[in-house]
This record gives sequence, C-alpha cells and structure tokens, in this order.
Amino acid sequence: MAPVMDSDLVRQSAATLSAAMQAGEVTSVQVTEACLARIEEVDDKVHAFLHVDRETALATAADIDTRRAAGAELGPLAGIPLALKDVFTMRGVPTTCGSRILADWRPPYDSTVVERLRAAGVVILGKTNMDEFAMGSSTEHSGYGPTHNPWDLERIPGGSGGGSSAALAAFEAPLAMGTDTGGSIRQPAAVTGTVGVKPTYGGVSRYGLVALASSLDQAGPCARTVLDAALLHEVIAGHDPRDSTSIDAPVPDVVAAARSGDVRGMRIGLVRELGGEGYQQGVRQRFDEAVAILTDLGADVVEVSCPNFEYALGAYYLILPAEASSNLARFDGMRYGLRAGDDGDASVEEVMSRTREAGFGAEVKRRIMLGTYSLSSGYYDAYYGQAQKVRTLIARDFAAAFEQVDVLVSPTTPTTAFRLGEKLDDPLAMYLNDIATIPVNLAGNCAMSVPVGLSPEDGLPVGLQIMAPALGDDRLYRVGSALEAALVDRWGHVLTEEVPAL
Amino acid sequence: MAAITRAEVEHLARLARLELTEGEIDHYAEQLSAIVDAVARVSEVAAQDIPPTSHPIPVTNTFRPDVVRPGVDRDEIAAGAPAWEDDRFRVPRILGES
Repeated sequence: MAPVMDSDLVRQSAATLSAAMQAGEVTSVQVTEACLARIEEVDDKVHAFLHVDRETALATAADIDTRRAAGAELGPLAGIPLALKDVFTMRGVPTTCGSRILADWRPPYDSTVVERLRAAGVVILGKTNMDEFAMGSSTEHSGYGPTHNPWDLERIPGGSGGGSSAALAAFEAPLAMGTDTGGSIRQPAAVTGTVGVKPTYGGVSRYGLVALASSLDQAGPCARTVLDAALLHEVIAGHDPRDSTSIDAPVPDVVAAARSGDVRGMRIGLVRELGGEGYQQGVRQRFDEAVAILTDLGADVVEVSCPNFEYALGAYYLILPAEASSNLARFDGMRYGLRAGDDGDASVEEVMSRTREAGFGAEVKRRIMLGTYSLSSGYYDAYYGQAQKVRTLIARDFAAAFEQVDVLVSPTTPTTAFRLGEKLDDPLAMYLNDIATIPVNLAGNCAMSVPVGLSPEDGLPVGLQIMAPALGDDRLYRVGSALEAALVDRWGHVLTEEVPAL
Repeated sequence: MAAITRAEVEHLARLARLELTEGEIDHYAEQLSAIVDAVARVSEVAAQDIPPTSHPIPVTNTFRPDVVRPGVDRDEIAAGAPAWEDDRFRVPRILGES
C-alpha cells in the first residue's frame, strides 16, 4: 500500500481514493473501515450522523473489492463511502427526516438517488442529521439534537444539511448528499469550508425524497473538492420517469468542466443586491479577494443588477410554507410514523391533531400555520398570489443578467457560522441566512458554494456562490474548480485541511 | 400591520390539525404576526399584468410507458404502520357524536 494512504485515508478526496483503488493500493473495505473508525472517534462531539449502517457499508465495500479483483468494469465512485442526508428514503434503513414523527420508520423503497448510488457502487455509511423536514439553517431544529461545526463545536454547521457538511469537514466521509430548497446544501457548505451544489431544478430526481416544497426542492452533491462534487453529480443526475418534474435532457458534462477549470474569457457578474450592507466584513473581504483571482485568471468581471432579489425572501417564506403545509398533511398518524393519543375513544381527527402536536417541532408547526394562513381564502391573492408574481420577476432578473454574463457570483451567506442557540427562537433572524441562496431556488436555475478562505475576524470559513442558468451546471464547475485550484496553489492544500483537531 | 390574533392561531391550528397548547398559541400569535409583516413586502411589487410562476422549469404532459412494475412490499408497509389489524391499517373511529 502506498504511504499516502493509511492514517490519512479519511482526509483524501474521492478522486484520489478512486485512483488508489483502481491501482490496487487500497481497498474499499480499508477506506470504509477508516471512515467508520473516524465516525466512532469523533461523532460523539460532532453528531453528524443519526444512523450508521456499519454492516451494510462493509458488505457493500467487500462486494466492490471482490468485483474489482475479478476485473469488473466499475465507475469512478465504486467503493467510495458517502454520508446520506436523512431526507432520502433507503429501503429498510431508518429515514426520519430529522423528525420525531418518523422516529422508527423504515421505508419500503429506495429513492432514485439511493438506487443510483447503489448502482454506482457507492458505499453508504449512514444517514446524516438535518433540521426537521429540512426547515432551518442550523440543524438546531432537528428532533434529535443539533450537529456541531467541526471548525468550532460551539457553532452551527449550517442547515438544513448540517449533518452532511459536518461529516465532510470532520473527515467522516469524503462525499455526502444534500437537498437544497432555499440553501440547505450551499449554506452548510459555506460555513464548513466545503463544496455544495444545487443542480438545476429537475436535474436530479426527487423520487423518494421526503418533500418539503416540491417546486423548490432539489437534491445535490456535497464534497471537499469541486471535482469530487462533479463525480457525484454525474452519478445522481439525469432523467427519471418516476419524477414528473425531472428534465429529459442530457446531463451537462460537469466532470469535464471540473477538470478544465478554465475561466478565460468567461463573463462573470457581481450581483449588486447581494453582498453589501448586512454582510460581515470578513465575508466581503474574502469574497472580493476571490473575485480578484477570477479576474487574474482571465475572466471578465462586471457588476449586474437584479432589483427584485430583495423581495425573494418574502416570496420564499410565503411559497415554501404553503407547499410545506400541503406536503406535510401526509403525516397524519394513520399509515406510517408516530400515532399519539389513540385511546380507543378519540376520533380520527383528534388522533391526527395529537399526533402532529406530539411529533412536529416548533419550526415545523410555525411553517405549517404560516402556509395554512397564506393559502386561506381572503389572504391567498395578497400573499401567495403576489409571491408567485415575484417569482416571475426574479426569474426575469436572472434571464436579463444571463444575457450579459455567463455566471453570477455573490457571497453564499451574509455571515460565517453563528453560535448554537443564537437564533433558535428568532425565526426572522434565522431566515436571513438564506438571503443570497433563495433566488436560485425560486427561479429553478443552479448554483454552487465553494470555500474562499477564513474570515479574519473569527477564523471561520467563507463561501462564494456561483449561479448559472438552468442546465448550465457545467459552468459552476468550471468557475469553482478554477477558483479552487488558484486558492489551493496559494494555501498549499484545500481549506478543510485547516479544521482544528477534534 | 397584519396582527394575527390568538383566535386566528387557534383557527389555523384547527385547519392544520395541530392540537396546540395555550402557551404555544400565545407564542405563535406573536411570531406569525412578525413573520407575516416581514414577508408582506411582496405586495409592494408585482403589478396585475405579471403572470404568476408556480413551477420554475415548466414541463407539460409528462407520461411514462404503462408497464407493470413491482409495487412496494405489503409486509414492509405493515411493519411501518402505527396500527395494523386483519391485513389493514387500523384507524380510530371516523364517525361519532363530536
């Protein structure tokens, strides 16, 4: 076995591990064992995982090793471990979506994403923590306790996919899966110094995702490098007849784009409305430095205005709760999950109300009532109807911007990771974390967050967001890998190498 | 502006099938009012002639071949049910005096 491996196994990228496996320098069982040992060692502190499936993971790894030894043709991610956000159904494996209402539920089927991961030989280590039903920006709304940011255990790892981002930053897995409805992949990536991509809406199947807001939800890859994210993107993306919103078109060549990393002549727009007032000084500083790098690399950087973005947050918090309140009606205590107060006397309606009261956390109840309010007669036109019009205006802003430039950039989040507890019972403060990520979900195009350094004030990671038009996912990877290569050149390593020892 | 009263919260909770506690009703009345105030800014823009967007990437007439595929396993569904009796979901009474 090559010296690079062994104790450093958990710190390697998926691409490096894949090459080592193909060269016979390391086995999938060794890599999987290393990740499981790392989880054993640090997850008491980090709490990235809700469930670890040791036996299945090792059996999958052993199977890949056997097939590889027999000379089977395997994809680049065969044998690579992955942390799966608990929003994806996986047959026979607990799937809670961070909610007590699904505490002991084991789905009878696989999501399409899981099916594709299995087909690619990816080793699924277990399920990661998240805000309940993906509602939140900190994992503090999980029904199973928060996840801690490996950069500073007193701080949030982002949300809703904080378990997946923390698993990457804590070196518990080289790859993770997330879902992004308003920023739940990108914001956790930004605050943990990792890479997260929200593909074009319809780019990755939603079949088997526990739905939050169906017109906004999109699954996507999380990793410590841009190339790893691209390799995962390629595995999970593509048309699925079981998702009627799935796009029937070829997946953009994201891996080639990540390998090219050439931004010469690309037109990059700075969104005037995202990044000024309300953004932490160190976030702005690292963002400006990254933009200067892109200019040095030959990109043509201009300022672009998207005047309706300032209404995005309001539109989002009308549309999302409306869709969520409908989607979450299925949790009625009748067919799966928790049932509370069924004393033989109570009516079905009473049992439903008691079940939902007992099984849902505070944020879920807030949003269900908000959605019920915005959809109720008398308010529908003023709120939900107006929000849908704003959605049109935001899509038009993007369309106009993409006539001038190839991609847009902004800071991913207004601040670095805040302290656990700081915004827990202040919903409006919590919602502001997604101010820069929400417009993309409303318009359905794609975006990526890449780490661009540590904020000088607090030594915490800063993310830069790249936004591209629908089905322009490859552009994200071109820009992301160009930036990553220049920064790695400067730092001598990827940003996560600076995570303090746990 | 859009103050949401206790009575409205109770009504919303009833519509949404949430049996809230007294404390929750007070707390949500305050928080929901603040949230609705903040999001109501959407009414400032978007004139009458702007068409609404319900879906970001419009896809119409999505069909798949009508072929037989395996369904989910009945025993696995039973195992996940909160109450199962005689090969069926057992549910609380649906009709009654109340």
